[in-house]
Amino acid sequence: MLFKTVRELVDLAEKERKKISHIMIEQEMEVTKKSREEIIERMEKNLQVMENSVQRGLKGVTSRTGLTGGDAVRLQKYIEEGNFLSGEIVLDAVSKAMATNEVNAAMGMICATPTAGSAGVVPGTLFAVKEKLNPTREQMIEYLFTAGAFGFVVANNASISGASGGCQAEIGSASGMAAAAIVEMAGGTPSQSAEAMAITLKNMLGLVCDPVAGLVEVPCVKRNAMGAANAMVGADMALAGIQSRIPCDEVIAAMFKVGQMMPSALRETAQGGLAVTPTGKKYEREIFGNPQRK
Amino acid sequence: MKFRSVFDIIGPVMIGPSSSHTAGAARIGRVARTIFGREPKWAKIHLYGSFAETYRGHGTDVAIVGGLLDFETYDNRIVQSLELAKSYGIDVEFIEEETVMDHPNTVKIHMGDQNGQLELVGVSIGGGKIEIDEINGFKLKLTGEHPAIIVLNNDRFGCIAGVASILAKNEINIGHMQVSRKEKGKLALMVLETDENVEETILQQIESLPNILQVARIVE
Repeated sequence: MLFKTVRELVDLAEKERKKISHIMIEQEMEVTKKSREEIIERMEKNLQVMENSVQRGLKGVTSRTGLTGGDAVRLQKYIEEGNFLSGEIVLDAVSKAMATNEVNAAMGMICATPTAGSAGVVPGTLFAVKEKLNPTREQMIEYLFTAGAFGFVVANNASISGASGGCQAEIGSASGMAAAAIVEMAGGTPSQSAEAMAITLKNMLGLVCDPVAGLVEVPCVKRNAMGAANAMVGADMALAGIQSRIPCDEVIAAMFKVGQMMPSALRETAQGGLAVTPTGKKYEREIFGNPQRK
Repeated sequence: MKFRSVFDIIGPVMIGPSSSHTAGAARIGRVARTIFGREPKWAKIHLYGSFAETYRGHGTDVAIVGGLLDFETYDNRIVQSLELAKSYGIDVEFIEEETVMDHPNTVKIHMGDQNGQLELVGVSIGGGKIEIDEINGFKLKLTGEHPAIIVLNNDRFGCIAGVASILAKNEINIGHMQVSRKEKGKLALMVLETDENVEETILQQIESLPNILQVARIVE
């Protein structure tokens, strides 16, 4: 292993004057004994799946339950009207993140990044930032390796499972990963990538996993939307030279401890939070009162 | 380091909606199918923790059965796996368990046919990644990501050496090995993760050794 922490990852990248994505590729070669070409080719396939999911979601999909679908399209229409307040790239990222998760909710094909419930943030931001930065295909693949490097540290030092760590571990991690990758694509330094991850993840700490009726739909799709917005802003802050007072590795450790303290009712059991609101319970009764299948 | 590859993080490519509850569940089912070595006639699927709470909505049920039918995580047929299993005459039963396990996403698959049975405990640890914690009551740790052979034997001296020497003769390198037993001198189980796939003929050689009762394999 070349790195186990964000500190080690950033130090290595800066010492060798390499991008974080390249360190990730080298570590993958070392661990799997596969060639650079094979590894890049496999990531290219994942990129292709992500692109297809975004495209399919932008055409409009609906889940079996009818709880989610169509919001990605709705937001694209709003962007076209031109009266938006926040920012075109931010809203595009939000729309494309939702597109991915709407496809996921409809039991379509996606690439888990790092999980299925949080699959929208990384591709959503990538395909939005692409419009402004015009990256090469190679840079788009690097984006995924950089996101993967930060996710790798989180997965091994904390958790990427909602059942273990709540939504902070899933969409929180995904948002931090995306922020770090945006920074690299925009030409920021490895340290700035780490700052972006820290700033973004800090603001997702404590986020609970409380899916209505136990389905990866409400609030997951809109949380991916807000996660994408968080990632965009976190990346911009880091690129502006803003630093997190708490180092990235300590933020990750804090996230892990918060997850351990979180009651199981708020960790993907559908026994707390939004899942037990009157309307949440009503949806649950409507969906499972007449089971879709036996 | 539970997660070793970047593709554990950016991946897997899968049918939604949940990496732990759908992709991980499908992978556990598929490892069970691989070790069992054939299509089962029946399967009793015990779900624990978050798996038990939310399995219907996440498609955990269709995913595990899809795995038992040897489907990959991205196979569209997962969605219809319950109907497919029924049409193949496989009797599937789901049991929601109350027991609190170490990990919230745990499943015990008990499956069989007229020729044998297998009981396996699998855990979905996040992002679609899995660990097999128990086979037929023997504690172990298996990821299902590498080729492996699983050997049930009488707990006597020389069994491990016998298996190892057959692998050596066939130029197969062992990457990781575990031995487990319930009590001294009774039954033991060894799990050998290998760098190469182990051919059927080599399994037969191992099976013919004294004190070896059963051999199964996982191929890449």
